[in-house]
Amino acid sequence: MSAYLDYWLEMLADPLVQRALTVAVIVGAAAPVVGTYLVQRRLALLGDGIGHVALTGVALGWLIGTGMGLAPGALAVPGAVVAAVVGAVVIELVRTSGRTSGDLALALMFYGGIAGGAALIKVAGGTSATLVAYLFGSLSTLSAADVVTSVALAAVILAVGLAGRWALFAAALDEDFAKASGVPTGFWNVVSATLAALTVTVAMRVVGLLLVSALMIVPVAVTQLWARSFWRTMAAAAALGAVTGAAGLVASYWYDLPPGATIVVLAIVLYAVAAIGRPLLERVRVSRQ
Amino acid sequence: MSPLIEARALDVSLAGNRILTGIDLVIQPGERVGLLGANGSGKSTLVKALLGLIPATAGQVRVCGREPGRQLPWGELAYVPQTSPAGSGVPTSALDVVRAGLLTGWGPWPPRGAKARALAALAQAGLKDQARTPMSRLSGGQRHRVLLARALVREPRLVVMDEPLAGVDAASADQLVAALADRADLTALVVLHDPGPFERYLGRGIVLSHGQVVADGPLGEVLPTDHHHHHEPPRPAHSHAPALEVHP
Repeated sequence: MSAYLDYWLEMLADPLVQRALTVAVIVGAAAPVVGTYLVQRRLALLGDGIGHVALTGVALGWLIGTGMGLAPGALAVPGAVVAAVVGAVVIELVRTSGRTSGDLALALMFYGGIAGGAALIKVAGGTSATLVAYLFGSLSTLSAADVVTSVALAAVILAVGLAGRWALFAAALDEDFAKASGVPTGFWNVVSATLAALTVTVAMRVVGLLLVSALMIVPVAVTQLWARSFWRTMAAAAALGAVTGAAGLVASYWYDLPPGATIVVLAIVLYAVAAIGRPLLERVRVSRQ
Repeated sequence: MSPLIEARALDVSLAGNRILTGIDLVIQPGERVGLLGANGSGKSTLVKALLGLIPATAGQVRVCGREPGRQLPWGELAYVPQTSPAGSGVPTSALDVVRAGLLTGWGPWPPRGAKARALAALAQAGLKDQARTPMSRLSGGQRHRVLLARALVREPRLVVMDEPLAGVDAASADQLVAALADRADLTALVVLHDPGPFERYLGRGIVLSHGQVVADGPLGEVLPTDHHHHHEPPRPAHSHAPALEVHP
């Protein structure tokens, strides 16, 4: 028993683990808040599209950073933030202009983002391996400065996502009705796309760009199975995101697994359990009534 | 008092197709108007153009005395769409939906006391016990009453409803009409395929056919005389049907 406790204490005393836990928990809580709006707007795949574009931003950041004589990769995250926000706003404008359908616009982002990233990183003097840390996450190698950036970004996402919740909700719930109420739905849709872009770049460190959308969407997919209101779905998804972030990280430490993938697999296992358990819960609810 | 809805020589085209031609329409405060016509006659398009959801190709629209746009007094009008995506994605309770009805214009927050007002509006629509029920578990008629409550919660002067009877059972339809009739001062424009239980509520009827107004007058006069037997919509004046011979 005490060996078990020692193991825990040793793990928690490790500054790398402390940093990873901090980021996994706060990003795990912030991402589903944005994800709830995206699921309501039927844009669950938007995060993936933005993630792919962010890869081009990472490579562009490398290129510019190298050109300016900075440390390699110093501008990778700022590059990702800029590319993700621009990509998100462009897809929102393309979607509303109606010239290209939403899924076609997403498809173009997927391909262009990955191809652009892979080509540019070579130009910047890196290799495809350089991109792997961004594609699959690098939770175990966070610096103290990374933690500050991630926490600050997550705090901004949470603040805007919660302060603007009524307008974001109204614009996502029923766009025509909101428009006929004078709610500037175009503005709020751009806000939610921008929040998604910021979430992608901050979650990039946790699970990597390829899995980034999972942090936003899977907790919502789990809680929407049994929640009865929009706000409960969101609150429960945020709590679930934080818990799976921490639990997945600890599990990956114990079993020496990649942390990002472990967090996502854990969330999907929870989805399976919730989906199987729901009919049972229904029966209990009905028998109580 | 100035009219609440005014359209002058309104034309609307969608994807190159002329849907509405030369619509002239004036609705005064207190009027209860049915907008009638067959499927495809342009009723829903007209309503959306009046609300600014679809741009006019030509002509003028004024709602509550102003042109559609930011400066419209949004709290004074409310829209009840035919269907709403509300509740089809993330679970959303009836209360969530109605509370969203208190959000108008650029203000990001609903007013104080929004929850109590939303609960009162739901009770008025006969859904006191369904406030916390997800939309996906309500019947078609109940969902429509939630959409009505979402519109009436802001206590508008004008309500615009698109096919409120589509998929609604008879009991729900009666409750819907009763909830509207409770508000004596409310001006209403109601798109209907067939007036049904709305016949006793509405005072005036406007008939559209092929995107043009073909009849406008007291409801009893614009309805085809045999509609009680067949429950068919008013036919366009230039069709071969002898039922409708009213012209403005």
